[in-house]
Amino acid sequence: MVYRPLFLKLLSALILFGAWEIAGRIPVSYAFPTFLDSAAALWRMTIDGSLFVAYAETLKPLVTGVAISTVLGIGLGIWIGLSRVFDWLFSPIFVVMQSAPLAALIPLLVMAYGIGLTSKVFVVCIMAMPVIVLNTAGAVRHTPENIKAMCSSFMGTRIDMLFKIIIPAASPLIFSGLRLGISAGFIGAILSELKITPTGVGDIITFSRSIADYPSMYAAIFSIIVLAVLFLNLLERTEKHLFKGNDRGYVSD
Amino acid sequence: MSQIEAFKHAQPVPDDIAVSTRNICKTYGTVEALKDMTLEFPRGQLTSLLGPSGCGKTTLLKIIAGLLPPTSGEVTVNGKPVTGPGPDRAFVFQDFALLPWATVLRNVAFGLELRGVARSEREDIAARYIREVGLSGFEQAYPHELSGGMRQRVGLARALSVDAQVLLMDEPFSAVDEQTRRKFQEDLLALVQNENKTFIFVTHSIEEAVYVSDQIAILLPRPSRVSEIIRPTGFRQKSADSIRRDPEYLDIVDDIWASLRSYVE
Repeated sequence: MVYRPLFLKLLSALILFGAWEIAGRIPVSYAFPTFLDSAAALWRMTIDGSLFVAYAETLKPLVTGVAISTVLGIGLGIWIGLSRVFDWLFSPIFVVMQSAPLAALIPLLVMAYGIGLTSKVFVVCIMAMPVIVLNTAGAVRHTPENIKAMCSSFMGTRIDMLFKIIIPAASPLIFSGLRLGISAGFIGAILSELKITPTGVGDIITFSRSIADYPSMYAAIFSIIVLAVLFLNLLERTEKHLFKGNDRGYVSD
Repeated sequence: MSQIEAFKHAQPVPDDIAVSTRNICKTYGTVEALKDMTLEFPRGQLTSLLGPSGCGKTTLLKIIAGLLPPTSGEVTVNGKPVTGPGPDRAFVFQDFALLPWATVLRNVAFGLELRGVARSEREDIAARYIREVGLSGFEQAYPHELSGGMRQRVGLARALSVDAQVLLMDEPFSAVDEQTRRKFQEDLLALVQNENKTFIFVTHSIEEAVYVSDQIAILLPRPSRVSEIIRPTGFRQKSADSIRRDPEYLDIVDDIWASLRSYVE
C-alpha cells in the first residue's frame, strides 16, 4: 500500500465537496442539492436519531448477506480452486450470477421468498458473492509452485499446505475480492430496499424523493458511501495486520 | 602402525553409499526425460549433477527428493526405498522458495514447524543456523528486504536446521551475483568438511562443479544418461583460494567442456 499523507486526503475531500457545492449552486439540476444543504440534512437526521433507526433496519440484510458471502464465498472459492470437478460444477453459476441483470431478477426472488428479510439477504449475496468466489478460486489455482514444492519437500501435510501455504499466498487476491464484493453488497442492500420494500436507508431515499426533499435523499446516499469506505478501510487494516510481509509481492518475482 | 593409527588416516570408504538411484526412467507422455539412470552418491561427499540444459538433472534431483515419482526404477536413501519426501533429505531451491509473509526466523524454522517441533525449540534451532549462515540481526526481516544472496542463505539455513543427512541443492547459486556465488562456493567447501552430510548438487556451471565436488556426474541429454563420472582428487585438500589455479582443476574443466560442447546448441 502507498502511504497517503493526511494532508492529501483532506485536500482531495475538499476538492470533491467544493465541486459538489458549486454544482449544487449553479444548479446542474433542480434535483441536485448543494453540499452544505445535504450536510445540514445529514446533521439533522443524526441529531433526531432517524438515521440510526434507518441503519438498524438496513444493516440487517447487509451484515447477514456480507457475512454469508464472506464465509461461504471464500470456502467455495478455495474448494473450486483446489478441485477441477468442483470448478466445472460451480464456476459457471457464479459467472452467470455476476453478469445477470439483478434488478430484473428481483421480482422472481420476491415470488420465491416473499418481501421480507430473506429476499433482501439474497440480493446482497448475489451482488457480493461471485467476485469473492471467483477471485479466491483464481488465487488458489495460481499458488506459486515453488513454495508448494517446498512445503511437500519438508514433509508438510495437506492441511499444512492449505493453511500455511495456499491460503496465505492467496490472501492478497482474496482480500481484493472481499473489497469488491463487500462494496457490491452495500449496493445490493440499498437496491433491495428500493426494489423490494422501502425500509431503512432505502426508505429515506424513496420518501425524501417523493416529497422533493433532495438534501435528505443525498444525505442518505452520502452516509452509505461513508459507511462503505470506513468498512473497506477496516478491511485493509485487518489484511495488513494478518499478512504483514505480503504487501510487497513475492520474493521470487 | 597400530590399528587406531591406521583409522586416523582412513579415507571415507567409497562403497559407503548414502543415496543410490537404480534404473530410473521418467517419461512425460511420449517424451523420455530420464532413461535408465543409475548413480551412486557416497556418504559425506558432494556429488554434482552437471550437464547442458534439458538433460534432466533437476528432474533426477526432484525424484530423489520424492517430489516427483519415477516412471520406473528405484531410489534408495540409506538402503531404504524412497516413496515420497522424508526427514532424511532437505531441499535447497533455485528460486529460494521463501514465504513472503513470514520473517526470516519463521522461514528458517518452517521445516521444523512442519515437523511439529514446539515453537520455542524450533526458534532456538533456527536462530543458531541464522547465525551460522551469517544473517544475525535479520531474524525479524521479511524476504523482500533481503538481497538475493541473503535470501539463499535463508533457504540454506532452513535446509540445515532440519538436520537431514542428505542435502539436495537445485542450482542454488544460479540466481545470485557472481561475487556472492564465489563466496557461497567457498562456504560450501567448508560446509561439506564440517557437516557430515551427503550433498547432491545440480549445476550447469562446469567451473562450479569442479570447484566444489568430490564426484561429478556428467549427464547428456535426449535421452538423459550418465556419460561419465569424474572424481577430482588432487586438489581437494588444498586451500579454497588455490584450487582455481591448480593445473588438475583447469584440465578437468577443459576436458568436461570438450565433451559437452557438441551438445550445446
